[in-house]
Amino acid sequence: MAQSQTLVLPPKKKRSTKKVVRNWIIAVLLIAMYVWTFSDIGINWSQIFSERTLNNMGRVIPQLFSPEWAVAPDALRLMGETLAMAYTGTLMAALLAVPFGFFAAKNMIDSRLINTAAKWSLDGIRAFPEIMLALIFVAAIGPSAFAGVLAIAVGSIGMLGKLYSEVIESIDMHVVESLEANGANKAQILFYGIIPQVIPEFLSYAIYRYEIDVRSSTILGLIGAGGIGMMIQISTMNRNWDEVGMALLIIILVVTVIDYFSSYLRKRIV
Amino acid sequence: MKGTPNPQQGTVDHGNPPGLRAQQAKWKLTFVFVVVVLVYMFTSWQTGSSLIDLWYGLPDVWRMVLELFPPNWGYATETWGRLSETIQMAIIATTVAAILCIPISLMASSNIAPNNYVYNITKQIMNILRTIPDLLLAVIFVGIFGIGAFSGIMALIIFSLGILAKLLAETIEAIDKNPLEAIRASGGNTLQVIVYGVMPQILPQYTSFTLYVFEINVRASLVLGFVGAGGIGQLLQRSISFFQYGRAMMIIIIIFVAVVIIEYISGKIREEIM
Repeated sequence: MAQSQTLVLPPKKKRSTKKVVRNWIIAVLLIAMYVWTFSDIGINWSQIFSERTLNNMGRVIPQLFSPEWAVAPDALRLMGETLAMAYTGTLMAALLAVPFGFFAAKNMIDSRLINTAAKWSLDGIRAFPEIMLALIFVAAIGPSAFAGVLAIAVGSIGMLGKLYSEVIESIDMHVVESLEANGANKAQILFYGIIPQVIPEFLSYAIYRYEIDVRSSTILGLIGAGGIGMMIQISTMNRNWDEVGMALLIIILVVTVIDYFSSYLRKRIV
Repeated sequence: MKGTPNPQQGTVDHGNPPGLRAQQAKWKLTFVFVVVVLVYMFTSWQTGSSLIDLWYGLPDVWRMVLELFPPNWGYATETWGRLSETIQMAIIATTVAAILCIPISLMASSNIAPNNYVYNITKQIMNILRTIPDLLLAVIFVGIFGIGAFSGIMALIIFSLGILAKLLAETIEAIDKNPLEAIRASGGNTLQVIVYGVMPQILPQYTSFTLYVFEINVRASLVLGFVGAGGIGQLLQRSISFFQYGRAMMIIIIIFVAVVIIEYISGKIREEIM
């Protein structure tokens, strides 16, 4: 073609063999992963594509979208309990996470041992889903909102402690040094040098965590730890999907409102 | 609360000694503090979780923790099947969600969406999806499809779709528009604009977000078994309700190790990509 002489594309970049090999390895690994996944997973397809499923769909979905308004007051009361659980739990965690944050911050504690121990315990807490903690607490103290509060309090320390330690590590150490040079003792340094610098961020993270905790505490009731999840559990057992629909509607509304207020407050603080 | 305009604000800013301003800030702080404490007192009373309850509850929690030890190491081999099911559920759900989220996030980004209605409606639906907890979706799907991994996968797909579409839509909204215009100017259609203009620009973030969602899905799928939606959570719940605490501790250890390993690998890959 005549055109190819005038419109020459730039030569393609040569790929290094290292990259080619790497890409092949990735591709093979991916394929192996998918083969393992799809050959091994036990899904009972005949159960899923059965008449029962179709009947369920025809019953469940319309009921979900026509919420039962009669249970609205009950659902609102339980949602209030959920919000209270999240609040108590988050506040406990927000206070308990402060020492963790200080121990995990490199510029506060000189000992590497304590630093690493604090970091690892925070990472350890974060690895567990809240609802698993709730399961254990329900087994320990019986089904109650208190079990949910404990689960949220323990679960939130992991994230808050980590964020706190990052905030503490990023503070202006000149202030601390000048206080030290003026002969301030440890408590004075803490209250006049460090706390004023970190308070806004701490608050902002605590509010953010509250937002997350509201979301996760809505389901804690499914395993008996109080809140609106209780109602969902009972309604599903009785196959009253219209009541589940009402609970769902309230969760969506309340979570949206909380998200909105939380981001508004956080913008004002920081 | 804090939004009310303060008539003194103007005078404080003009010439008054700085001490006054601090005084006002102090009052404000005290007010917020009092409100926080009052709400706390109310909520801890309502949930029965005051310090006294904590004191009385502690021995029970402590006894439970002691009963969890020693873990039943021999039980570990019996859990592999369920653990691999958990991870497989996360893999399938992440893959499907990653594919489905491409058209959805294109519709939910203001610079690509064909018109404002499509953009707003898609965005609102995704916002609503994100507010529904994964376990609740699992409850609903178990009601429809019955007990098993399939219900869990469906719940994870819906749940991760909301997150993935939001993250991706934000990335798409921030891309460089010049290549798109160039392709359009040389006669490319919408599909070509997306494939040659949008895709190459978002690919690294797309991969990274997918891995991130995979992490979230692994974590979520661990507990889906609590409501009968497959995975290792089912074993955990069963062993706790049958008071086999040694087994429960073994499962907890396995879950812990699995989460740490997967997050480590995924974090390393994400660092490499970005």
